[in-house]
Amino acid sequence: MGKLLAVVLVIIALASAYPIVTHMFPLPEDISTHGHAIDEQLNDTMWEAGISFVAAQLVLAFFVWSFTGRKEGSPLKNFPGGARVMVLGAFLLVGTEILALGVLGQKAWATVYFAPSKPGAIQIQAQAEQFAFYFRYPGADGKFGAVHPDKIDEGNQNYFGLDPANDVDARDDIVSGELVVPVDHEVQLLMHAKDVGHSFYVRELRIQQDFVPGLDLSVHFTATKIGRYEIVCTQLCGLGHYNMKAYLNVVSEADYEKWLKDQAAQ
Amino acid sequence: MEEGSVQQAHVHAPPEGFLRKHVFSLDHKVIGKQYYGLALVAVFTGMILSWLMRIHMVWPTAKIPLLEHLSSAGAPGGVITPEYYLSLMTMHGTLMVFFVLTNAPFAAFGNYFLPIQIGAEDMAFPRFNMMSFWVTFTAWVVLMLAFFIPDGPPISGWTSYAPLSAVGKDAGPGMQYGMSLWGLSIAIFCIGSLLGALNFIATTLDLRAKGMTLMRMPLCTWAWFITSCIALLAFAVLLPACILLILDRHAGTSFYVPGGLVISDRLQPHSGGSPLLWQHLFWFFGHPEVYIAILPSMGIVSHILVNSMRKPLLSSKVVIYSMMSIGFLSYMVWGHHMFLSGMNPISALAFSFPTLTITIPATVLTLIWLGSLYGANIQINSASLFALGFISMFVAGGVSGFFLAQPSIDIYLHATYFVVGHFHMVMGVASLFGVFAGTYFWFPKMSGRMMSEPLGKLHFWITFIGTYCIFMPFHYLGLIGNVRRYQSFVDDFMAPYLGVHKFVTVVALITGAAQFLFLYNLIYSRFKGKPAPDNPWNATTLEWSIPSPPPWNNFGDRHPIVYHDPFQYGVKGSKGDYVMQDSPEQVVPASGD
Repeated sequence: MGKLLAVVLVIIALASAYPIVTHMFPLPEDISTHGHAIDEQLNDTMWEAGISFVAAQLVLAFFVWSFTGRKEGSPLKNFPGGARVMVLGAFLLVGTEILALGVLGQKAWATVYFAPSKPGAIQIQAQAEQFAFYFRYPGADGKFGAVHPDKIDEGNQNYFGLDPANDVDARDDIVSGELVVPVDHEVQLLMHAKDVGHSFYVRELRIQQDFVPGLDLSVHFTATKIGRYEIVCTQLCGLGHYNMKAYLNVVSEADYEKWLKDQAAQ
Repeated sequence: MEEGSVQQAHVHAPPEGFLRKHVFSLDHKVIGKQYYGLALVAVFTGMILSWLMRIHMVWPTAKIPLLEHLSSAGAPGGVITPEYYLSLMTMHGTLMVFFVLTNAPFAAFGNYFLPIQIGAEDMAFPRFNMMSFWVTFTAWVVLMLAFFIPDGPPISGWTSYAPLSAVGKDAGPGMQYGMSLWGLSIAIFCIGSLLGALNFIATTLDLRAKGMTLMRMPLCTWAWFITSCIALLAFAVLLPACILLILDRHAGTSFYVPGGLVISDRLQPHSGGSPLLWQHLFWFFGHPEVYIAILPSMGIVSHILVNSMRKPLLSSKVVIYSMMSIGFLSYMVWGHHMFLSGMNPISALAFSFPTLTITIPATVLTLIWLGSLYGANIQINSASLFALGFISMFVAGGVSGFFLAQPSIDIYLHATYFVVGHFHMVMGVASLFGVFAGTYFWFPKMSGRMMSEPLGKLHFWITFIGTYCIFMPFHYLGLIGNVRRYQSFVDDFMAPYLGVHKFVTVVALITGAAQFLFLYNLIYSRFKGKPAPDNPWNATTLEWSIPSPPPWNNFGDRHPIVYHDPFQYGVKGSKGDYVMQDSPEQVVPASGD
């Protein structure tokens, strides 16, 4: 039965690696300027983790094959070098991996989180609520009107709780259920949660960031390909969580200007 | 203290009467079996919940018989609603993490075997011990009540993130009384675990038999001891966290809820709290909890491997130090659950580094297990199959942790099925493999009867292959961005991959059904199994030096004296190729060495 376990282990190792090697489950196309760094990091890790996984399973299989069902009284042997080799091996192998991936790979994280957005970045406010996203553009004056939670009135489409009667800045604010951005232009998303925790995840954009009630967070990105992409919520937010989604519409600069004008006219 | 001095007096008198013998027993062995029984009930409940979730995910309109009687609102006509899916998910996670993965490998086996393995008559505080079980049992009753109230169980997942969990009925179905029961249950559970952990530590330090030095303790005793130290610190943080949650919900405080939140069209009467406070407190417990689940299984597997290989590990000291380092590092990594939570991005790097570093002791352990197999004479039986399967599973679940430890990759993989695959393999299944191995190994001692080996092996094959077929595809689905905690996959890109989910559901049904083989084997063997000798595996540790099943005071009137470490295999002993720990004979190396 030991031999059978060895064979099963080999099959498991190869079968597990097969879908990865043949790209049966490809990552979606990357449409961001920072995404390639994340993808590279993921790819490097896949190689290192994949080789470690397959190697460990094969070694386990080989030892199980070789050292089960031996004749009664077969002499016991010890691995040459003993525990010292194992400890040294672990420190060297994993230590190198940590250095290579852990330290060098922080670049991708840094481009998303440490580099500030450029001065010309478009500011858009995103509000997450049970179970929808809304996006607010500051309008011609470039200023967002203040938010008043007590004035939120979904029935009258006042999702953000604006007070245009008393607040000049709020009067030209544009509110949309779709995130429309120009291609190749940096966008800074100012994130605001109305009720509970949510998350903003666009697979193609390689961006995922929680909305945390009470915290003003922001992410910035540059979309590089025109198209329509799903924005989904990835933080469990209640009964409609699975259905909380919106679309990111990446358009040309001209279409973006036109869209803003059309929205302002409404 | 002087070793063995406490052994002079009986810890308690022989039990009399049904209640004292079987219900409110002070005997650590009965308490261990009670924990095991509770874990067994919880694991089958949790598994059936996962079946319901898997079925609903791929056949959303399927009518499930009987379910309507459990919750007419959650499953009208037997069809699960989206919110009831979340209730099932929350209860699945909570039952499995707390009542199975904490109870079975740690509390159940630890209670039964820790005192015997160190040569003690019972735990240091038998009454505390009885209390910790009954407190834990109460926690389970309180949690299960949530199924039977009109509100239903909570829908916020086993992590219960605030403010969803802290604002009451405005947050949705199950969030009024169901959520309160959850908070209360976990708070009670913490008290039970704290009492248990204290008892384990005191017992290990104070009640060791003469000659049982720390380094002569079996590796599973070491694992339980280290785990109790982790549990003591972890549950001591979760307890106040739950109390604050209950206060937020019922006393009008605002520890976790900031001002200005509008939930269900109602401006919430809270201000000044922080949702991140809950996350920090929860994960300060939550990450060490992963090791509370897996360390005992590492110990059990090491213990069984040594016996099955008929030779010592390359170095037991290295195993002990690796387990200690894992325990120590487990307190510095909780923030890797929160890379995207909005905490300062610099702290992500600070949490990433120790998370990657924990891979080193984990790799050392794996290499020691692997390297020790070399040149061994491995005996294959149900216990050793599960122990070997544990190594395979631990590696599979471990390498995927390498992805998630890196914040930049976590941006993409966070909250996808990759994470679900990762933690199910490493903390769920690997840990359960330790429990299965332990059960097949120790059942003869606990019941006085052998388990059926053919059934045990069949159970292993279906479980081992099934587990890979369920959780490997989860990793692949994560790569394409399949988001977790969704009751159905409405996203357009998921359409081509629904077949994968169907495959997983079918395998989960088969693998789950195989667990009933295990249950049958347990019950059948308990009554009809072949009578077990005192030492069926030719093992060296003290539990095998006493009758199967052991008498109420373990060693009778004998005070065992320990002469050897537990690794005397592959030698020339009077009984065969091993020398027991309490045998005064000289160890003679086998010829050829």
